[in-house]
Amino acid sequence: MKRLSVLLLVSVASISGLAVMAYADPVDDTLTIDDREMIIRAKAPKGHPFDEVLSGWLFRESETRATEADSFANPGMLAVERGEELWNTVDGSMGKSCSSCHNDASATMKDVGAHFPKWDAKARKPVNIEMKINDCRTERMGAEPYKFDAEEQVALTTYIKHQSLGTPVQIDLSEGEMQSWWEKGKELYYTRTGQLDFSCASCHEKSMGKFIRADHLSQGQVNGFPTYRFNTAGMVSLHNRFRGCIRDTRAEMPKAFSDELMALEVYVTWRGTGLSVETPAVRQ
Amino acid sequence: MKRFLTCVAVPAFLCSQAAAVEIAPDAVKIDEMKVSQSLTGATGNAEEGAKVLANRGLGNCLACHVVTPLAKEQFHGNVAPALDGVADRWSEAELRAIVVDAKRVFSEETVMPAFYSLDVGINVRKDLAGKTILTAQQVEDVVAYLTTLKGSN
Ligand code: HEC
Ligand code: HEC
Repeated sequence: MKRLSVLLLVSVASISGLAVMAYADPVDDTLTIDDREMIIRAKAPKGHPFDEVLSGWLFRESETRATEADSFANPGMLAVERGEELWNTVDGSMGKSCSSCHNDASATMKDVGAHFPKWDAKARKPVNIEMKINDCRTERMGAEPYKFDAEEQVALTTYIKHQSLGTPVQIDLSEGEMQSWWEKGKELYYTRTGQLDFSCASCHEKSMGKFIRADHLSQGQVNGFPTYRFNTAGMVSLHNRFRGCIRDTRAEMPKAFSDELMALEVYVTWRGTGLSVETPAVRQ
Repeated sequence: MKRFLTCVAVPAFLCSQAAAVEIAPDAVKIDEMKVSQSLTGATGNAEEGAKVLANRGLGNCLACHVVTPLAKEQFHGNVAPALDGVADRWSEAELRAIVVDAKRVFSEETVMPAFYSLDVGINVRKDLAGKTILTAQQVEDVVAYLTTLKGSN
Protein backbone atom coordinates (compact mmCIF):
# COMPACT_ATOMS: atom_id res chain seq x y z
CA MET A 1 0.00 0.00 0.00
CA LYS A 2 2.81 2.33 0.91
CA ARG A 3 4.49 1.44 -2.34
CA LEU A 4 1.36 2.26 -4.28
CA SER A 5 1.16 5.84 -2.98
CA VAL A 6 4.83 6.38 -3.74
CA LEU A 7 4.17 5.15 -7.27
CA LEU A 8 1.29 7.53 -7.79
CA LEU A 9 3.37 10.50 -6.74
CA VAL A 10 6.19 9.50 -9.01
CA SER A 11 3.99 9.02 -12.03
CA VAL A 12 2.27 12.38 -11.62
CA ALA A 13 5.62 14.08 -11.29
CA SER A 14 6.93 12.46 -14.40
CA ILE A 15 3.91 13.34 -16.50
CA SER A 16 4.13 17.01 -15.59
CA GLY A 17 7.87 16.76 -16.25
CA LEU A 18 7.02 16.21 -19.91
CA ALA A 19 6.40 19.89 -20.41
CA VAL A 20 10.05 20.65 -19.70
CA MET A 21 12.27 20.25 -22.72
CA ALA A 22 15.35 22.15 -21.74
CA TYR A 23 17.89 19.79 -23.27
CA ALA A 24 18.25 17.88 -26.47
CA ASP A 25 21.25 15.67 -25.82
CA PRO A 26 21.45 12.47 -23.82
CA VAL A 27 22.32 13.30 -20.21
CA ASP A 28 25.75 12.84 -18.72
CA ASP A 29 24.89 10.62 -15.77
CA THR A 30 25.41 7.18 -14.31
CA LEU A 31 22.78 4.59 -13.47
CA THR A 32 23.06 2.35 -10.43
CA ILE A 33 20.30 -0.16 -9.72
CA ASP A 34 20.41 -2.33 -6.58
CA ASP A 35 23.98 -1.17 -5.94
CA ARG A 36 25.09 -2.35 -9.34
CA GLU A 37 26.35 0.12 -11.92
CA MET A 38 24.68 -0.34 -15.31
CA ILE A 39 26.61 -0.03 -18.55
CA ILE A 40 24.61 2.69 -20.28
CA ARG A 41 27.27 3.69 -22.82
CA ALA A 42 29.29 1.08 -24.68
CA LYS A 43 31.68 1.05 -27.59
CA ALA A 44 29.67 0.01 -30.63
CA PRO A 45 30.42 -3.37 -32.26
CA LYS A 46 32.25 -3.38 -35.59
CA GLY A 47 30.06 -2.33 -38.53
CA HIS A 48 27.69 -0.26 -36.36
CA PRO A 49 26.57 3.17 -37.66
CA PHE A 50 27.34 4.82 -34.29
CA ASP A 51 30.64 4.92 -32.38
CA GLU A 52 28.85 4.51 -29.10
CA VAL A 53 25.64 2.73 -28.18
CA LEU A 54 23.47 4.52 -25.63
CA SER A 55 20.77 3.28 -23.30
CA GLY A 56 17.32 4.81 -23.75
CA TRP A 57 17.54 5.77 -20.05
CA LEU A 58 19.90 8.62 -20.99
CA PHE A 59 17.16 10.28 -23.04
CA ARG A 60 14.43 10.32 -20.45
CA GLU A 61 13.27 13.03 -18.03
CA SER A 62 14.97 13.17 -14.65
CA GLU A 63 11.91 11.86 -12.78
CA THR A 64 11.64 8.88 -15.11
CA ARG A 65 15.35 8.17 -14.69
CA ALA A 66 15.10 8.39 -10.91
CA THR A 67 12.17 5.96 -10.86
CA GLU A 68 14.16 3.37 -12.80
CA ALA A 69 17.17 3.81 -10.53
CA ASP A 70 15.10 2.96 -7.46
CA SER A 71 13.80 -0.61 -7.52
CA PHE A 72 11.43 0.20 -4.68
CA ALA A 73 9.76 2.98 -6.69
CA ASN A 74 9.92 1.18 -10.06
CA PRO A 75 6.36 -0.02 -10.87
CA GLY A 76 7.88 -2.60 -13.23
CA MET A 77 9.06 -4.51 -10.16
CA LEU A 78 5.45 -5.54 -9.59
CA ALA A 79 5.66 -7.46 -12.88
CA VAL A 80 8.87 -9.09 -11.65
CA GLU A 81 7.07 -10.20 -8.47
CA ARG A 82 4.14 -11.48 -10.49
CA GLY A 83 6.55 -13.33 -12.78
CA GLU A 84 8.15 -15.03 -9.78
CA GLU A 85 4.74 -16.19 -8.63
CA LEU A 86 4.02 -17.66 -12.10
CA TRP A 87 7.45 -19.30 -12.16
CA ASN A 88 6.42 -21.33 -9.14
CA THR A 89 2.82 -22.04 -10.19
CA VAL A 90 1.91 -25.49 -11.49
CA ASP A 91 -0.01 -25.37 -14.79
CA GLY A 92 -0.98 -27.82 -17.53
CA SER A 93 -1.63 -31.56 -17.77
CA MET A 94 1.80 -32.66 -16.59
CA GLY A 95 1.50 -31.04 -13.17
CA LYS A 96 4.62 -28.95 -13.48
CA SER A 97 5.73 -25.35 -12.94
CA CYS A 98 8.78 -23.67 -14.45
CA SER A 99 10.59 -24.28 -11.17
CA SER A 100 9.92 -28.03 -11.35
CA CYS A 101 12.53 -28.19 -14.11
CA HIS A 102 14.57 -25.01 -13.66
CA ASN A 103 14.59 -24.71 -9.85
CA ASP A 104 15.74 -21.33 -8.57
CA ALA A 105 15.64 -18.79 -11.39
CA SER A 106 18.22 -16.56 -9.72
CA ALA A 107 20.72 -19.35 -10.38
CA THR A 108 19.43 -21.15 -13.49
CA MET A 109 18.24 -18.07 -15.39
CA LYS A 110 21.07 -15.77 -14.35
CA ASP A 111 22.36 -13.89 -17.43
CA VAL A 112 20.23 -16.03 -19.77
CA GLY A 113 18.07 -13.12 -20.99
CA ALA A 114 21.13 -11.13 -22.05
CA HIS A 115 21.84 -13.63 -24.82
CA PHE A 116 18.45 -13.84 -26.55
CA PRO A 117 17.28 -14.06 -29.30
CA LYS A 118 19.03 -17.36 -29.91
CA TRP A 119 19.13 -19.82 -32.77
CA ASP A 120 16.67 -22.67 -32.28
CA ALA A 121 17.88 -25.69 -34.25
CA LYS A 122 14.54 -27.47 -34.09
CA ALA A 123 12.43 -24.49 -35.18
CA ARG A 124 15.19 -23.46 -37.61
CA LYS A 125 14.79 -19.81 -36.63
CA PRO A 126 15.73 -17.40 -33.89
CA VAL A 127 13.53 -17.48 -30.80
CA ASN A 128 13.07 -14.97 -28.00
CA ILE A 129 12.18 -15.46 -24.32
CA GLU A 130 8.45 -15.26 -24.98
CA MET A 131 8.65 -18.04 -27.58
CA LYS A 132 10.90 -20.09 -25.33
CA ILE A 133 8.34 -19.83 -22.52
CA ASN A 134 5.56 -21.02 -24.84
CA ASP A 135 7.77 -23.86 -26.00
CA CYS A 136 8.22 -25.08 -22.42
CA ARG A 137 4.52 -24.69 -21.74
CA THR A 138 3.37 -26.77 -24.69
CA GLU A 139 6.20 -29.34 -24.82
CA ARG A 140 7.02 -29.89 -21.18
CA MET A 141 4.03 -28.76 -19.14
CA GLY A 142 1.09 -29.74 -21.31
CA ALA A 143 -0.21 -26.19 -20.95
CA GLU A 144 -1.69 -23.76 -23.46
CA PRO A 145 0.79 -21.31 -25.01
CA TYR A 146 0.31 -17.75 -23.80
CA LYS A 147 -1.34 -15.40 -26.29
CA PHE A 148 0.73 -12.44 -27.39
CA ASP A 149 0.91 -9.86 -24.61
CA ALA A 150 -1.09 -11.95 -22.15
CA GLU A 151 -0.39 -10.48 -18.70
CA GLU A 152 1.34 -13.75 -17.70
CA GLN A 153 3.58 -13.74 -20.76
CA VAL A 154 4.80 -10.21 -20.08
CA ALA A 155 5.30 -10.81 -16.34
CA LEU A 156 7.21 -14.07 -16.79
CA THR A 157 9.39 -12.54 -19.52
CA THR A 158 10.09 -9.56 -17.26
CA TYR A 159 11.03 -11.90 -14.40
CA ILE A 160 13.41 -13.94 -16.56
CA LYS A 161 15.04 -10.88 -18.15
CA HIS A 162 15.43 -9.32 -14.71
CA GLN A 163 17.71 -12.19 -13.72
CA SER A 164 20.24 -10.61 -16.11
CA LEU A 165 20.04 -7.12 -14.61
CA GLY A 166 23.38 -5.42 -15.29
CA THR A 167 24.72 -8.11 -17.64
CA PRO A 168 25.84 -6.79 -21.06
CA VAL A 169 23.70 -7.75 -24.04
CA GLN A 170 25.60 -10.13 -26.32
CA ILE A 171 24.00 -12.41 -28.90
CA ASP A 172 25.66 -15.21 -30.82
CA LEU A 173 25.40 -14.61 -34.56
CA SER A 174 27.56 -17.60 -35.45
CA GLU A 175 24.89 -20.13 -34.53
CA GLY A 176 22.78 -21.64 -37.33
CA GLU A 177 21.51 -19.03 -39.76
CA MET A 178 21.59 -16.12 -37.32
CA GLN A 179 23.75 -14.09 -39.68
CA SER A 180 21.18 -14.16 -42.48
CA TRP A 181 18.42 -13.19 -40.05
CA TRP A 182 20.64 -10.30 -38.97
CA GLU A 183 20.95 -9.25 -42.63
CA LYS A 184 17.22 -9.45 -43.11
CA GLY A 185 16.67 -7.42 -39.94
CA LYS A 186 19.11 -4.81 -41.13
CA GLU A 187 17.29 -4.50 -44.43
CA LEU A 188 13.99 -4.02 -42.59
CA TYR A 189 15.54 -1.42 -40.28
CA TYR A 190 16.31 0.76 -43.26
CA THR A 191 13.10 0.08 -45.21
CA ARG A 192 10.65 2.96 -45.23
CA THR A 193 7.11 2.00 -44.40
CA GLY A 194 3.68 3.56 -44.43
CA GLN A 195 2.16 6.75 -45.71
CA LEU A 196 4.63 8.78 -43.64
CA ASP A 197 7.49 6.91 -45.28
CA PHE A 198 9.78 6.49 -42.25
CA SER A 199 12.24 3.71 -41.55
CA CYS A 200 13.48 2.87 -38.05
CA ALA A 201 16.63 4.76 -39.01
CA SER A 202 14.67 7.94 -39.87
CA CYS A 203 13.89 8.35 -36.18
CA HIS A 204 16.49 6.34 -34.21
CA GLU A 205 19.57 6.99 -36.34
CA LYS A 206 19.16 10.20 -38.36
CA SER A 207 17.10 12.04 -35.73
CA MET A 208 18.56 10.47 -32.58
CA GLY A 209 18.79 13.04 -29.77
CA LYS A 210 16.17 15.32 -31.37
CA PHE A 211 12.61 15.94 -30.25
CA ILE A 212 9.74 14.69 -32.39
CA ARG A 213 6.90 16.65 -30.77
CA ALA A 214 7.42 15.97 -27.04
CA ASP A 215 9.36 12.72 -27.55
CA HIS A 216 13.11 12.75 -27.14
CA LEU A 217 14.35 10.27 -29.73
CA SER A 218 16.74 7.63 -28.40
CA GLN A 219 18.65 5.00 -30.33
CA GLY A 220 15.63 2.68 -29.92
CA GLN A 221 17.54 0.11 -27.86
CA VAL A 222 15.92 -3.06 -26.56
CA ASN A 223 17.96 -3.66 -23.39
CA GLY A 224 15.23 -2.46 -21.00
CA PHE A 225 12.36 -4.64 -22.28
CA PRO A 226 9.73 -5.38 -21.18
CA THR A 227 9.56 -1.78 -19.92
CA TYR A 228 7.14 -0.02 -17.59
CA ARG A 229 5.36 2.94 -19.25
CA PHE A 230 3.74 5.75 -17.28
CA ASN A 231 1.56 6.71 -20.28
CA THR A 232 -0.29 3.44 -20.25
CA ALA A 233 0.47 2.61 -16.60
CA GLY A 234 1.59 -0.87 -17.54
CA MET A 235 4.27 -3.08 -19.01
CA VAL A 236 5.17 -2.91 -22.70
CA SER A 237 6.67 -5.91 -24.48
CA LEU A 238 9.27 -5.49 -27.20
CA HIS A 239 7.08 -6.62 -30.08
CA ASN A 240 4.34 -4.32 -28.85
CA ARG A 241 6.84 -1.42 -29.05
CA PHE A 242 8.02 -2.47 -32.53
CA ARG A 243 4.42 -2.65 -33.71
CA GLY A 244 3.66 0.75 -32.20
CA CYS A 245 6.59 2.37 -33.98
CA ILE A 246 5.56 0.79 -37.29
CA ARG A 247 1.93 1.85 -36.76
CA ASP A 248 3.18 5.41 -36.29
CA THR A 249 4.47 5.38 -39.86
CA ARG A 250 0.85 4.67 -40.90
CA ALA A 251 1.70 1.18 -42.11
CA GLU A 252 0.05 -2.20 -41.53
CA MET A 253 1.70 -3.84 -38.54
CA PRO A 254 3.44 -7.23 -38.83
CA LYS A 255 2.26 -9.87 -36.36
CA ALA A 256 4.13 -10.33 -33.08
CA PHE A 257 6.81 -13.06 -33.37
CA SER A 258 6.45 -13.06 -37.19
CA ASP A 259 9.63 -13.67 -39.16
CA GLU A 260 9.87 -9.94 -39.88
CA LEU A 261 9.74 -8.91 -36.24
CA MET A 262 12.10 -11.72 -35.19
CA ALA A 263 14.64 -10.58 -37.81
CA LEU A 264 14.24 -7.04 -36.52
CA GLU A 265 14.70 -8.25 -32.93
CA VAL A 266 17.95 -10.01 -33.86
CA TYR A 267 19.32 -6.95 -35.64
CA VAL A 268 18.17 -4.32 -33.12
CA THR A 269 19.44 -6.42 -30.20
CA TRP A 270 22.85 -6.53 -31.89
CA ARG A 271 22.71 -2.73 -32.23
CA GLY A 272 22.69 -2.57 -28.42
CA THR A 273 25.58 -4.98 -27.86
CA GLY A 274 27.40 -4.21 -24.62
CA LEU A 275 24.59 -2.32 -22.87
CA SER A 276 23.42 -3.79 -19.55
CA VAL A 277 20.06 -5.49 -19.39
CA GLU A 278 17.88 -2.97 -17.48
CA THR A 279 14.61 -4.91 -17.34
CA PRO A 280 12.23 -3.56 -16.17
CA ALA A 281 13.29 -0.14 -17.51
CA VAL A 282 10.98 2.84 -16.92
CA ARG A 283 9.74 5.04 -19.75
CA GLN A 284 7.09 7.76 -19.97
CA MET B 1 -21.22 16.34 -60.44
CA LYS B 2 -23.00 19.61 -61.08
CA ARG B 3 -19.77 21.18 -62.26
CA PHE B 4 -19.15 18.33 -64.66
CA LEU B 5 -22.58 18.69 -66.23
CA THR B 6 -22.05 22.39 -66.77
CA CYS B 7 -18.86 21.60 -68.60
CA VAL B 8 -20.43 19.16 -70.98
CA ALA B 9 -23.12 21.63 -71.80
CA VAL B 10 -20.83 24.50 -72.81
CA PRO B 11 -17.91 24.73 -75.24
CA ALA B 12 -14.63 23.63 -73.70
CA PHE B 13 -12.85 27.00 -73.94
CA LEU B 14 -15.54 28.69 -71.89
CA CYS B 15 -15.48 25.93 -69.36
CA SER B 16 -11.78 25.82 -68.49
CA GLN B 17 -12.07 28.46 -65.79
CA ALA B 18 -15.00 26.93 -63.95
CA ALA B 19 -13.66 23.43 -64.25
CA ALA B 20 -10.15 24.26 -62.99
CA VAL B 21 -9.76 20.68 -61.82
CA GLU B 22 -7.39 19.68 -59.09
CA ILE B 23 -4.03 18.41 -60.18
CA ALA B 24 -3.88 14.73 -59.21
CA PRO B 25 -0.89 13.63 -57.07
CA ASP B 26 0.76 11.68 -59.88
CA ALA B 27 0.26 14.58 -62.33
CA VAL B 28 2.15 17.19 -60.30
CA LYS B 29 5.27 18.33 -62.12
CA ILE B 30 8.24 19.42 -60.03
CA ASP B 31 10.66 21.44 -62.17
CA GLU B 32 13.82 22.88 -60.68
CA MET B 33 12.44 22.53 -57.17
CA LYS B 34 9.25 24.35 -58.13
CA VAL B 35 5.55 23.60 -58.50
CA SER B 36 4.41 26.85 -60.09
CA GLN B 37 0.71 26.15 -60.48
CA SER B 38 -1.70 25.99 -57.58
CA LEU B 39 -2.93 22.43 -57.13
CA THR B 40 -6.52 23.69 -56.90
CA GLY B 41 -6.24 26.56 -59.33
CA ALA B 42 -6.82 29.03 -56.51
CA THR B 43 -4.89 30.66 -53.68
CA GLY B 44 -5.13 28.91 -50.34
CA ASN B 45 -6.35 30.30 -47.04
CA ALA B 46 -3.46 31.05 -44.67
CA GLU B 47 -5.58 30.86 -41.53
CA GLU B 48 -6.78 27.37 -42.43
CA GLY B 49 -3.20 26.53 -43.34
CA ALA B 50 -1.97 27.31 -39.84
CA LYS B 51 -4.56 24.85 -38.50
CA VAL B 52 -3.55 22.11 -40.95
CA LEU B 53 0.10 22.69 -40.08
CA ALA B 54 -0.48 22.25 -36.34
CA ASN B 55 -3.08 19.45 -36.46
CA ARG B 56 -1.49 16.13 -35.47
CA GLY B 57 -3.74 14.15 -37.78
CA LEU B 58 -3.04 16.40 -40.78
CA GLY B 59 0.25 18.23 -41.37
CA ASN B 60 1.67 17.67 -37.89
CA CYS B 61 4.52 19.84 -39.14
CA LEU B 62 5.24 20.88 -35.55
CA ALA B 63 6.34 17.30 -34.86
CA CYS B 64 9.60 18.24 -36.54
CA HIS B 65 9.61 22.04 -37.03
CA VAL B 66 9.49 24.97 -34.63
CA VAL B 67 7.14 27.74 -35.80
CA THR B 68 7.51 30.70 -33.42
CA PRO B 69 4.25 32.46 -34.42
CA LEU B 70 2.43 29.27 -33.36
CA ALA B 71 4.11 29.26 -29.92
CA LYS B 72 0.72 28.77 -28.25
CA GLU B 73 0.66 25.22 -29.66
CA GLN B 74 2.46 22.80 -27.35
CA PHE B 75 5.55 20.78 -28.16
CA HIS B 76 7.34 21.81 -31.31
CA GLY B 77 9.96 19.28 -32.37
CA ASN B 78 13.49 20.03 -33.55
CA VAL B 79 14.12 17.22 -36.02
CA ALA B 80 14.12 19.87 -38.77
CA PRO B 81 15.00 23.57 -39.14
CA ALA B 82 12.57 26.16 -37.72
CA LEU B 83 10.10 27.45 -40.30
CA ASP B 84 10.48 31.04 -39.07
CA GLY B 85 11.29 33.31 -42.01
CA VAL B 86 10.92 30.44 -44.46
CA ALA B 87 9.26 32.69 -47.08
CA ASP B 88 12.49 34.74 -47.25
CA ARG B 89 14.38 31.60 -48.22
CA TRP B 90 11.93 29.98 -50.63
CA SER B 91 9.43 31.24 -53.20
CA GLU B 92 5.80 30.20 -53.13
CA ALA B 93 6.41 27.69 -55.95
CA GLU B 94 9.35 26.19 -54.07
CA LEU B 95 7.39 25.95 -50.82
CA ARG B 96 4.63 24.14 -52.71
CA ALA B 97 7.17 21.68 -54.11
CA ILE B 98 8.63 21.06 -50.63
CA VAL B 99 5.22 20.29 -49.16
CA VAL B 100 4.17 18.14 -52.15
CA ASP B 101 7.26 15.92 -52.07
CA ALA B 102 10.33 17.02 -50.12
CA LYS B 103 12.30 14.07 -51.49
CA ARG B 104 12.17 15.56 -54.96
CA VAL B 105 13.42 18.91 -53.63
CA PHE B 106 16.02 18.07 -50.96
CA SER B 107 17.08 14.47 -51.52
CA GLU B 108 15.83 10.88 -51.31
CA GLU B 109 17.35 10.83 -47.85
CA THR B 110 15.16 13.48 -46.24
CA VAL B 111 12.96 12.34 -43.36
CA MET B 112 10.25 14.85 -44.30
CA PRO B 113 7.14 13.02 -45.53
CA ALA B 114 5.65 13.74 -48.96
CA PHE B 115 2.28 15.33 -48.26
CA TYR B 116 0.85 15.12 -51.77
CA SER B 117 2.39 12.06 -53.35
CA LEU B 118 1.57 8.37 -53.66
CA ASP B 119 5.24 7.47 -53.87
CA VAL B 120 5.53 6.57 -50.17
CA GLY B 121 6.64 3.68 -47.93
CA ILE B 122 5.66 0.00 -48.23
CA ASN B 123 2.71 -1.67 -46.49
CA VAL B 124 0.66 1.52 -46.22
CA ARG B 125 -2.23 1.08 -43.79
CA LYS B 126 -5.06 -0.41 -45.86
CA ASP B 127 -7.56 2.39 -45.33
CA LEU B 128 -4.98 4.96 -46.45
CA ALA B 129 -3.74 3.19 -49.57
CA GLY B 130 -3.95 5.43 -52.62
CA LYS B 131 -4.55 8.50 -50.46
CA THR B 132 -2.26 11.44 -49.88
CA ILE B 133 -1.59 12.82 -46.38
CA LEU B 134 -3.10 16.19 -47.30
CA THR B 135 -5.68 17.16 -49.93
CA ALA B 136 -4.82 19.61 -52.69
CA GLN B 137 -6.81 22.26 -50.82
CA GLN B 138 -4.92 21.62 -47.57
CA VAL B 139 -1.58 21.85 -49.38
CA GLU B 140 -2.60 25.22 -50.84
CA ASP B 141 -3.72 26.44 -47.41
CA VAL B 142 -0.40 25.39 -45.85
CA VAL B 143 1.54 27.06 -48.67
CA ALA B 144 -0.50 30.24 -48.17
CA TYR B 145 0.42 30.20 -44.47
CA LEU B 146 4.11 29.49 -45.17
CA THR B 147 4.31 32.53 -47.46
CA THR B 148 3.38 34.70 -44.45
CA LEU B 149 6.46 33.50 -42.51
CA LYS B 150 8.77 36.40 -43.26
CA GLY B 151 11.49 38.26 -41.40
CA SER B 152 11.52 37.90 -37.64
CA ASN B 153 7.78 37.39 -37.13
C1 HEC C 1 8.22 8.33 -36.40
C2 HEC C 1 9.31 8.02 -35.51
C3 HEC C 1 9.70 6.59 -35.21
C4 HEC C 1 9.92 5.55 -36.06
C5 HEC C 1 9.81 5.52 -37.58
C6 HEC C 1 10.34 4.43 -35.24
N1 HEC C 1 10.34 4.78 -33.92
FE1 HEC C 1 10.93 3.63 -32.35
N2 HEC C 1 10.43 5.14 -31.07
C7 HEC C 1 9.96 6.38 -31.43
C8 HEC C 1 9.72 7.18 -30.25
C9 HEC C 1 9.19 8.61 -30.22
C10 HEC C 1 10.08 6.36 -29.15
C11 HEC C 1 10.04 6.75 -27.66
C12 HEC C 1 11.25 7.59 -27.34
C13 HEC C 1 12.53 6.83 -27.56
O1 HEC C 1 12.87 5.94 -26.75
O2 HEC C 1 13.21 7.06 -28.58
C14 HEC C 1 10.54 5.09 -29.70
C15 HEC C 1 11.01 4.03 -28.94
C16 HEC C 1 11.51 2.85 -29.46
C17 HEC C 1 12.06 1.78 -28.65
C18 HEC C 1 12.16 1.78 -27.13
C19 HEC C 1 13.45 2.38 -26.67
C20 HEC C 1 13.54 2.47 -25.17
O3 HEC C 1 14.65 2.74 -24.69
O4 HEC C 1 12.54 2.29 -24.48
C21 HEC C 1 12.47 0.80 -29.51
C22 HEC C 1 13.10 -0.53 -29.15
C23 HEC C 1 12.16 1.27 -30.85
N3 HEC C 1 11.59 2.51 -30.78
C24 HEC C 1 12.43 0.56 -32.01
C25 HEC C 1 12.03 0.97 -33.29
C26 HEC C 1 12.15 0.15 -34.47
C27 HEC C 1 12.78 -1.23 -34.52
C28 HEC C 1 11.61 0.86 -35.50
C29 HEC C 1 11.37 0.45 -36.92
C30 HEC C 1 10.59 -0.72 -37.14
C31 HEC C 1 11.21 2.14 -34.97
N4 HEC C 1 11.45 2.16 -33.63
C32 HEC C 1 10.66 3.17 -35.72
C33 HEC C 1 9.76 6.84 -32.72
C34 HEC C 1 9.93 6.09 -33.86
C1 HEC D 1 9.37 14.00 -39.85
C2 HEC D 1 9.92 15.29 -39.99
C3 HEC D 1 9.25 16.39 -40.77
C4 HEC D 1 7.90 16.73 -40.85
C5 HEC D 1 6.72 16.04 -40.18
C6 HEC D 1 7.83 17.89 -41.68
N1 HEC D 1 9.09 18.26 -42.09
FE1 HEC D 1 9.58 19.91 -43.20
N2 HEC D 1 11.56 19.38 -43.15
C7 HEC D 1 12.07 18.31 -42.47
C8 HEC D 1 13.51 18.30 -42.63
C9 HEC D 1 14.47 17.28 -42.02
C10 HEC D 1 13.85 19.44 -43.41
C11 HEC D 1 15.24 19.93 -43.87
C12 HEC D 1 15.65 19.31 -45.16
C13 HEC D 1 16.38 18.01 -44.89
O1 HEC D 1 17.32 18.03 -44.10
O2 HEC D 1 15.99 17.01 -45.44
C14 HEC D 1 12.59 20.09 -43.72
C15 HEC D 1 12.50 21.27 -44.45
C16 HEC D 1 11.34 21.99 -44.65
C17 HEC D 1 11.27 23.27 -45.29
C18 HEC D 1 12.46 24.11 -45.76
C19 HEC D 1 12.97 24.79 -44.50
C20 HEC D 1 14.13 25.75 -44.65
O3 HEC D 1 14.39 26.47 -43.70
O4 HEC D 1 14.79 25.75 -45.68
C21 HEC D 1 9.95 23.64 -45.30
C22 HEC D 1 9.34 24.90 -45.88
C23 HEC D 1 9.20 22.58 -44.65
N3 HEC D 1 10.07 21.58 -44.26
C24 HEC D 1 7.84 22.59 -44.45
C25 HEC D 1 7.11 21.59 -43.79
C26 HEC D 1 5.67 21.59 -43.65
C27 HEC D 1 4.77 22.71 -44.12
C28 HEC D 1 5.33 20.44 -43.02
C29 HEC D 1 3.96 19.88 -42.70
C30 HEC D 1 2.94 19.96 -43.69
C31 HEC D 1 6.57 19.75 -42.70
N4 HEC D 1 7.61 20.46 -43.20
C32 HEC D 1 6.65 18.54 -42.02
C33 HEC D 1 11.36 17.39 -41.73
C34 HEC D 1 9.97 17.37 -41.56
